[in-house]
Amino acid sequence: MRAAVGEAVAVLPELARAHVLVSGSAIAIAVLVGLPLALWAAGRRRARIPLLAFVGLVQTVPALALLALFYPLLLLIGAAAHVSLPALGFLPALIALSLYALLPILRNGIAALEALDPSVIEAANGVGMTRRQRLLLVELPLGAPVLLAGIRTAAVWTIGAATLATTVGQPSLGNLIFSGLQTENWMRVLVGCAAAALLALVADGLLALIERGLARRSAWRVRLGLGLLAGALALALVPPGQGPPDRTVVIGAKNFSEQYILAAAIADRLQAAGYRSEMREDLGSAVAYRAVAAGDVDVYVDYSGTLWTNVLGRTDIPPPRALRAELANALAHRDGVLMLGTLGFENAYALAMRRIHAERLRLRSIADLARAAPRLRLASDIEFLSRPEWRSVEAAYGLRFAEARSYNPTFMYRAIADGSADVLSAFSSDGRIAALDLVTLSDPKRALPSYEAVLLVSPRRARDAGFVAALKPLVGAISIERMRQANLMVDRDVDKKSPQQAARWLLRRAPSPSPPPSP
Amino acid sequence: MDGAPLLALSGISKRHGPRPALDRIDLTVDAGVFVALVGPSGSGKTTLLKTINRLVDPDAGSVTLAGEDVRALPAAALRRRIGYVFQGIGLFPHLDVTENISIVPRLGGVSAAERHARALELLDLVALPRDFASRHPAALSGGQAQRVGVARALAASPSLMLMDEPFGALDPVTRDELGRTYRALHDRLGLTTILVTHDMTEALLLADRIVVLVDGRIRADATPAGLLRGQGDPEVRALIDVPRRQAERLAALERGR
Repeated sequence: MRAAVGEAVAVLPELARAHVLVSGSAIAIAVLVGLPLALWAAGRRRARIPLLAFVGLVQTVPALALLALFYPLLLLIGAAAHVSLPALGFLPALIALSLYALLPILRNGIAALEALDPSVIEAANGVGMTRRQRLLLVELPLGAPVLLAGIRTAAVWTIGAATLATTVGQPSLGNLIFSGLQTENWMRVLVGCAAAALLALVADGLLALIERGLARRSAWRVRLGLGLLAGALALALVPPGQGPPDRTVVIGAKNFSEQYILAAAIADRLQAAGYRSEMREDLGSAVAYRAVAAGDVDVYVDYSGTLWTNVLGRTDIPPPRALRAELANALAHRDGVLMLGTLGFENAYALAMRRIHAERLRLRSIADLARAAPRLRLASDIEFLSRPEWRSVEAAYGLRFAEARSYNPTFMYRAIADGSADVLSAFSSDGRIAALDLVTLSDPKRALPSYEAVLLVSPRRARDAGFVAALKPLVGAISIERMRQANLMVDRDVDKKSPQQAARWLLRRAPSPSPPPSP
Repeated sequence: MDGAPLLALSGISKRHGPRPALDRIDLTVDAGVFVALVGPSGSGKTTLLKTINRLVDPDAGSVTLAGEDVRALPAAALRRRIGYVFQGIGLFPHLDVTENISIVPRLGGVSAAERHARALELLDLVALPRDFASRHPAALSGGQAQRVGVARALAASPSLMLMDEPFGALDPVTRDELGRTYRALHDRLGLTTILVTHDMTEALLLADRIVVLVDGRIRADATPAGLLRGQGDPEVRALIDVPRRQAERLAALERGR
């Protein structure tokens, strides 16, 4: 418990810095764009209505989806304009959050200007103010309370929504929340949430100070508020003690424990070789591969079957060795991505059930399952039902479940444990298969390809001999037993370990699958 | 200013939709004269007034002030040279009385100390106590607020004052008092004033010259006495008959006592 808090707090300053930087910049951009737009649109009915409708529409898109949309969008724009845009990380997060912050600023800005007493405006014109003087001396001071209320709303929203920037590879306090949720490390989730809430409260308080200062015409309040806000942003702009850019590498991870552990193991290896590493966690499968191909991520672990069906779009299923060879060839040829080798274990998609349940129904294979499926409920992870593998299994066996629901992987196992689901889409390396006494059903028609864990390296790092040499020892070094153990260390409820601790245990070269010593 | 009038409007036309609000108006005003522009609602008198400080751009015609076309200057610069007082008053609610009065000098870059001294002088001029200087508009009565409005218009020592129903929203006693105060200022400072009003009594009692506007055209242009002596135009006569009949009835009432 204490260790978990300590670990969360240790990464807090850097995550908070990144969080302040991305949300602060987004709010600043939204103010810089929103205020002139509001000025222009106020009193122009024809412009105002479609403009507010557009930003209102943006607001209805869930923040998570909006962030995710900018990844392919930036890739497309980059390709069309023949420039390499960083499609992962700061830029997409910044654009999405700025758009998100625009609505309250624009709506309140327009309302503030349109609510001004027309006789005051007539007086401003009558005494001979220029457009600019009218704005600075009359409209802004009088509209300030409503304007600032809009900026305050935007600030609180944006600081909250910035936790989702983690999913497009921009570090934020969301890293603590997402990884904590994944590994059921609730202390991490709590620390992340509390820090984000605190940031939002502080920003809101400083803006309230400015608002009060303007209302009471107290210059020190305005200066103090603005000064502290600017100071916080300036502080966030100071990059952390960064090594030479060439020695800083970006490690990607998808959104489950095994990925966190392997990313931590990769980081350990690279740090030992003198590299500085950054993490991009909680990436979706498609995003992760495109990121490594584009060089936004330098290295991550993916699974051969996933790449085969999702990236190459293949539907045939050759034997594992042939699949691996052809895959390595295709990725290198098409995208310049180096497939460094397999880690030594497979993490296949498998359909699993509680042992007692499967025995009672006499189910051993997916073919048997097809008969019983119409009375059973399937729990899958969020991706599975939309992946080609599922369509292939569904078609090969004629599977029809009574009900199919998607869960975050952690909750998927909860669902089968508490009986709200009968069958789940498991990962074969998951320690919880043994821990929960589940059985995996065999695949006699070979509808699912093999899913060997493979190391993928970006085109640029593929030419970096030191980098490749640092990772080479991982090839063939991790057995399925050890991976399951490591996964269970992170996923279990008692004596829980962090992914970093599990990675250190995994990297100890003792080949015997002995139980993990408590640190 | 010998010979040439201070202000000359020629051929001013303005349409609001299909209806002409102003129809080829010609008008000249000599320096030092107090002119009242009178007419029923919708007669175009406010629109005509606003073509002078370019709050309204006419569709046709020109306005010259002291021999110079008003379009020769940027509108803002022109307006700073002309005092403007209107029914809505429009004091800036976030500024105190001194800052309201000093706004035009401030736009012109006059120093703060000079502005403050000038503001106190103007408070004396419009008969407001000096301790009003730091009050905010919300703490003023309607009459006090419009006195500040007049002081603000006078701050840059304009030679021409444009007043659009300035006393229209005030109670009758305040209205009469403020009217007389302003007329005295007009004489003392040698101003040229154009006052828009729909109240013929006010026009007759304050102005040197009355211009009657009906449906965007000038129907009468005379001194108050000349106007009372007799008019051919039935609509103009109707306008004058109101105060005349009221005065006669009041006189009869008094005799009856």
